[in-house]
Amino acid sequence: MAFRDGPFENIKVPLVWTAAVAAGACILGAVLLIVSDGRAQASPYQPARAGVETVAGPVGGVFAAPVRWFGHVSDYVGGYFFAVSENRRLKRELAELEPWRDQAIALKNINARYETMLGLQPQPDVPMKTARSVSDSRGPFSNARLLDIGVGQGVKIGNPVINEHGLVGRVVGTSGNVSRMLLLTDVASRTPVLVDRTDARAILTGDGSGNPRLEFVRGVGSVQPGDRILTSGDGGGFPRGVPIGVAAKGIDGSWRVKLFSDRGAIDYVKILLFEDFGQLVGGNDLNAPPLAGLATLPEATEAQAAAIRDAQARRDAAAAAQRAAQRAAQPAPAPAPQTPTQPRPAQPRPAQPRPTAAPPPAQPAAPAPGGTE
Amino acid sequence: MRRPVAVRVVGPTQWIFIPALITIAATIVLATPVELFGFSLPEPVIPMVLAFAWPLIRPSIIAPVVLMALGLFLDIFWYGPLGVWALSLLGIYAVVLGSRAFLIGQETAVLFVWYAACCGVAFLLAYLIVGLKAGNAPSILSLLGQVFPTLLLFPFADRMIERFEDGDVRFR
Repeated sequence: MAFRDGPFENIKVPLVWTAAVAAGACILGAVLLIVSDGRAQASPYQPARAGVETVAGPVGGVFAAPVRWFGHVSDYVGGYFFAVSENRRLKRELAELEPWRDQAIALKNINARYETMLGLQPQPDVPMKTARSVSDSRGPFSNARLLDIGVGQGVKIGNPVINEHGLVGRVVGTSGNVSRMLLLTDVASRTPVLVDRTDARAILTGDGSGNPRLEFVRGVGSVQPGDRILTSGDGGGFPRGVPIGVAAKGIDGSWRVKLFSDRGAIDYVKILLFEDFGQLVGGNDLNAPPLAGLATLPEATEAQAAAIRDAQARRDAAAAAQRAAQRAAQPAPAPAPQTPTQPRPAQPRPAQPRPTAAPPPAQPAAPAPGGTE
Repeated sequence: MRRPVAVRVVGPTQWIFIPALITIAATIVLATPVELFGFSLPEPVIPMVLAFAWPLIRPSIIAPVVLMALGLFLDIFWYGPLGVWALSLLGIYAVVLGSRAFLIGQETAVLFVWYAACCGVAFLLAYLIVGLKAGNAPSILSLLGQVFPTLLLFPFADRMIERFEDGDVRFR
């Protein structure tokens, strides 16, 4: 006997009720997903995310390509029309930056020698990979981007991401050729930072807006508007000293950071293949006793010594020129009692000089005509 | 002799699957990283249009399942907590389904008020869930920046309702 021929033949379930039951079941499933997911690396749904990103990355790249080409065309046209003013500006900046470059070379050398003398373990060079942003989510609940390189190029979860202006975020998911980058502005982003001026530590907390908050600022009055904010390197997640932005007071009274990375489009970025200094430096190096480098202090190379001498000579020349300019700009000295008697070579003497004035001993004997009695 | 009535059948492909694919495509396109005059592209929650229109068009078992799939797609594509948008979209669907008898045949202005209220409830739900899971309240200004473009999508929902509500004479 078929089912329709049985006693349930005339049962008709209202469509609304069946739809409501389906909706209820789906709502229950969504709640379970919310409870069980953590957006973390250990999330059981990470493979599903990676699978979707593997597909969405190339698709986003297709849509991003025309945008990139149009940007290149507009840059080319703009560069053609503004080449002269751009050239002048670059020359001016180059002239301003040359002394800084010399000082940086000298200070870098001196710093390296100090580090060697004190046995400090300097930060090793971090290899980088260039990537392109192919997709972007900007809402209040998530600020993340898809990058077009992944595990195949050595990218790992936790790698910091920078652009030419400063820190952008960090990698939170990877697949074969696509990576997911969480921006500093994401509501789940926490970054240990320091205030460059006072060395005070804080936590940079994103909230979905363009300017993340500074929280847990250590010290009273340790932040002022305009202070540079850098990564502190605490916890080993980021290298120390990566620029992030400048501090500013928000409209809600909290300290916020204007990100350097907002100065330009985040299209091309660099992924620092950095995990932890403990992995980049050998354990024996980290456990070396302090001042261990005293016995192995290397001599400066000829190039380093020449750079130091050159920088010192430039500084001395600049200081001498500045002193000369200050002397030239100084007003005439305060008038002494006998000052009025000093002759003015460029001006003729009046016919009746003051009788009480005595000629200065060092003045040349060139009295004005008719000026003496 | 009675003339036979021509029955025009509008199946789930027309009013569920094709609109769902369109919303996915539009979401991917709007996620393109492009800035015009310093402004990025808007990022509305496009499936809210479907969550509001589908229960008014006709009750269906497929619709909530597809809505859940769309919500999960948004969660994964935007890297949000898994299940947030699925729950919010299904919340709208459930509310409108429960009010279907009242909303059928109402004027466009009344529908827009209901659409705005449903969007507000959905965004509030998402705000609370994300805030609790992240331990950090998202920015209100940024939230308004997503709510406003989502409200502007109401004409699409209204057009869908007008097109498919009477599309199948069996559901008149």
